[in-house]
This record gives sequence, structure tokens and C-alpha cells, in this order.
Amino acid sequence: MENLKKISDKTSGSFEKLNRFLRRNADGQTNERGSVVNRMRKSFKRGRSTKKAMRETAVSWAFLLPSLMGVLTFFVLPFCVVVFYSIVNNPIQKEFVGFFNFERVFTNNAFRQAAYNTFKFSVIAVPLAVALSLFLAVVMESGIPFKSQFRSFFLSPMMVPIASIVLIWQVLFHFNGIVNVVGMYFGGPKIDWLKSDKAQIVIVVLFLWKNLGYNMILFMAALSSVPKDLIEVARLESATDSQIFWTIKMRYLSSTVLFVTIMSLINSFKVFREIYLLTGDYPYKTLYMMQHFMNNTFASVDYQKLSASAILMALVIIVLMFIMFITENRYGKDIEG
Amino acid sequence: MAGLRLPTGEQQFYEKAIRKARRKKKIYKYGIMAGTVICAIFAALFLLPTILTITNSFMSKSEISANYGAVFQTTETGGKVFISKTVNLKFIPDIVSFSQYITVLFKSPEYLVKFWNSMFYVVPILVVQLMVAMLASYGFARYKGRVREVIFFIYIILMLMPYQVTLVPNYMVSSWLGILDTRWAIWLPGFFSPFAVYLLTKFIRRIPTEVMEAASIDGASEWQIFSQICFPLCKSGLISIAILVFIDYWNMVEQPLILLTNDELHPLSVFLSKINAGEISLAFAVAVIYLVPPLLIFLYGEEYLIEGISYQGGLKG
Repeated sequence: MENLKKISDKTSGSFEKLNRFLRRNADGQTNERGSVVNRMRKSFKRGRSTKKAMRETAVSWAFLLPSLMGVLTFFVLPFCVVVFYSIVNNPIQKEFVGFFNFERVFTNNAFRQAAYNTFKFSVIAVPLAVALSLFLAVVMESGIPFKSQFRSFFLSPMMVPIASIVLIWQVLFHFNGIVNVVGMYFGGPKIDWLKSDKAQIVIVVLFLWKNLGYNMILFMAALSSVPKDLIEVARLESATDSQIFWTIKMRYLSSTVLFVTIMSLINSFKVFREIYLLTGDYPYKTLYMMQHFMNNTFASVDYQKLSASAILMALVIIVLMFIMFITENRYGKDIEG
Repeated sequence: MAGLRLPTGEQQFYEKAIRKARRKKKIYKYGIMAGTVICAIFAALFLLPTILTITNSFMSKSEISANYGAVFQTTETGGKVFISKTVNLKFIPDIVSFSQYITVLFKSPEYLVKFWNSMFYVVPILVVQLMVAMLASYGFARYKGRVREVIFFIYIILMLMPYQVTLVPNYMVSSWLGILDTRWAIWLPGFFSPFAVYLLTKFIRRIPTEVMEAASIDGASEWQIFSQICFPLCKSGLISIAILVFIDYWNMVEQPLILLTNDELHPLSVFLSKINAGEISLAFAVAVIYLVPPLLIFLYGEEYLIEGISYQGGLKG
């Protein structure tokens, strides 16, 4: 209470001062006087606001400090060193070699194979993950019964550790496994799923199994936030369901589509886990991912190669994000959700 | 004047409209049915692997090697055990036996050691990361500034970077600090992961500023506002983020593979892939034990998890 009193005293005091100035101004003073008043007013305002702003800045930096120090020491600063390592010949001599390390990485067969496989996997898996989860979300939001039960079922793979279900996946997709048994019963060929060119299909299925639920929740949240009155109006104007979906709902979903695409892309880089747990250090060659390449390079402690490939990867991701943000901005600019 | 009679064609028009509406209703009904069937099929496919793992863990050793011998080529069958050339998938074991669990829990401690390894990584990371993130996100969300916006943007970019990128700097720092091959190599980068900061900042920004302003006018110090107003309001957000962080670190494979060369310190996730070959019969039981903590958390906190995921949507918010 005392504080409050003090504040009110202070403010009323300064208001009096201001009022005096104003009155003097009103008593037929020249324009110069007016400008003085304005200046006075401004400085009065600025004086208080700078002091307050400085205090606020100090407070927020104090709260940020622990996290900032950790992020600087473990992510940002070492990444600067990574950039430095990528353009010198080795960490001891530190001789500038330009883009030699990048060239070395580019001409490396293992890197090319890994980059190609990772790229191919993402190109196949990400659009599938986005489209299928959007489809599931639309079906779920169309008023089917047992919605919350289905939602839990779809979300459950997200919680199940991959290491736990790897055994069953092996049983399913082994050369002597269930899928082959069933496939052969219907006259299909016997395929060694994990050691042939079909291997990526298995991993895509595993990826979808793991990620669809998560994406679906994101889409369901977005779908339920589409304004109902807009859809009602469209119905009254006799718009068809597909028109409503594409011209209204998709506009509102565009930022979610972007987010789901980004998350699926990031998760598609994590698919190494599944592959490693299913097939170990040296998988079939179409399953040789970026992370395998990194692991093998870590084993040989080749800092330059590691740095160069990490930077390449980071650049690719930043460019991809940039492109996606721009497209999304174009498409959903007029809607602020 | 025709009076009250409907104009010609009007009646047919209304009849047609009614018929159309009825047909639409019928189509809608079939659509719902089809949707339910589709969802049921997907749900069955999604649940199948988990359920099979759980039921198979109750099989005895000989039953597993008889059923899955063709896949895992176990050499430990011992005696005359029938091994079929192809696998038999069974939902329910012939004889429910707990022998696998007894072996895992009481006779061979190495699995339990790895299980506790996983726990030892996840729990400290969870606690410290949330504490650090809570402070930082309050700093980001309470006041705004140009520099802080830029830093927040850097956090978002860091959050989006895959392990292939972030592990290289992590590895270098760990080797400089000499903590490679110790638990600290996993802990320290985990403590400062920007993921929780991003989510919590979004959460705090939704708290109306008036609430905090009012407290500050009433004479509350900044720390009091943080601990007594902001923190309680964030509780549900904290729980949902905790679940997401838990899943992430309970599943980790990449970090231990690179940062820990010592097998003793590996979490169960990495270790499980190595026991596949030999003691396949135990592996199912270990897999189920590994699955229990996340499953319990899922059953307890599903609503929080869904809320947390929904909050993630929309990077720009």
C-alpha cells in the first residue's frame, strides 16, 4: 500500500508541473513555448521509460543467463570452431585451405551414398507422412465414434521405444518372416526385406508407424481451430465439401502443414535409430544414412571431414527451412491464426 | 391472381431439394461408417507390434525358439526342440510363463543395470533442463528486445538441427573438457537443450501480461512474479514438455553411440540391439520392461501430451 501511495504522489507531482507548463502555454505564449512544453513532455516520458526499460532488460538477461551460457558453450561457440576446422588443413597446423575439405567430402563415395540415401528417404517419407496424417486427421474430425480411443491408439507408437519393438519388426520382415509367409501364401515372391532394394520400404513403414500419430494430433488441433461460422456460411452458399476443404480449411492449415513438414523432415533424419537397431553398424547399402557416415567418421576422428559434412548438412537444412517459410508466407499471408 | 397456389414448378423444386438433402444425409452416414472402418484398420496396425511384443514376452524359452528360430537362428535350443522353417506368429502363448521375467529381474543383472543407466540419464536431464528452460523462457517472454528476439531465433534454428549437426560440436566440447566417456557427456548438452525453452516461451507468452503487470504494481519483486504467478500458471505446460523430453531421451541412440565408447555406460536402448543375437528369448521380456515407464507416463499424461503437441504447432506464434 505504501508503495502505491508513493507512486501516486510522484505522478501527481509531475502532473502538476506539466499542468503549470500547459497553463503558461495557454496564456497566449508563442509557438516556441509550445515546443518547449513538447520537449519537456517527451523528456519526461523518455526519462522514465529508459530507466524502466533498462531494469527490464537487466531482469530478462539475468533469467536468460544460465541457459545462454550453456547454449553458448555447448552449441554456438563449438559450432564456430567447427566452421574454423572446416577450412583449415588440420587442427594442429591450422593452415588455411579454402574449400578443400568440402571437396574432399563431396568426392567421398560413402558421403555421396549417405547423402543420396538420406535425401531419397526424406523425399519419399515426408510427403507420405504429411498426407496420410492429414487424411487421418480429417477422418477423425468428421465426427466418427470412439474418437478419443482412436487418438490414443494412433499416438501410442510415439511412446513405444524403438528398441522395444525392433524384435517384432525383425520377425515381420526377416527373410523367413511373417510378411514373406503371408506374401508367399498369396503367391508373392520371397523377398529379403532388410537386405535388398526393398529395405527402404520397411524403414518408411516404420517411420510412418512412429510419426503419424504425432502429426495427426497437430492437424487435429489446427482443424478444430478453423472458424465454424466461416464453414457454415460456405455451406449456405452451397459450397461442396471439397471446396470447403481446399479453399477454407487448407488456408487455415497452411502454417500447420509447414510445421508438420519441418518436424517430419527433422524426424526423418532421426530414422538412423530404427536402421541401427534393426541392422547394426553396416546395413544394406540403400540404408546407409548420413548418421552412419558420421559415426564412421567419428571413429576415425577426422575433424575436418566431420566439420565439413556437419556444415553442409546445416546449410541444406537452413535453405530448406527458408524455402518453406517463404512458400508458406506467400500462401497463407492474409490469414493470421 | 393465383392466390395461395404455388407457382408452377415450385413444388417439384422443393421435392427435389428434400430428396437431395436425404441423399446427402445417407452419404454422410456411409462416410462416417467408412471413416470408422479406416480408423479401426489403422489402429489395429498401429497397436499390433506393441501387443505382439507384450504377449510374446510371456512365452517360455523353448516356445520362442520354436516359433522364431527361423528368424534368429538361435543355437541355444538344446535337446530336441522342433524348429519350424518359417515363423509362427502367435498372439497368445501356448503356456503363459513368467520365466523370462524371473531371469531378467533376478538372475542376470546386466539388463537391469542398463535399465537404471537409462533412468540415470533421463531423470537429471529432465529436472535440470526444465529448470534452466523455465528461467530462460521467462526471460524471453516477459520483456521484449531486439537482441533477445535474434537469440530466440538462434534457439529455434538450434532446435531444428538434427543430431548429425549438433553432435559434432558436442563431441568437441566434451573432448576438450575431458568428459568424453562419462555420464556428463550426455548430461551437459541435455541440460541446455533449446527444445524446452522454445516450447515454454510459447506457453508463457499466452499468459496475459496484465496478470504480471498487476502483481508488479502491487509491489511483487521479479522473482516473486516468476515463482508465484508464472510458475503455477505453467504447470500443465511443464508436464507436457516433461513428457516430450522424456520420450526423446528415453529413446536416445545417437548420443551414446558417439559420446560413450564404454559399453558399461550405455542405456538400454543401445544395449537391446546387441542382445538380439544370443538370448533372443530374454530380449522380449527386456523390451517389455523397457516399455513400461513410457507406457505408464502415456496412460497418466495423455491429455498433457496432446496439449503439448498442439502447442508446438505454428512455429511463428
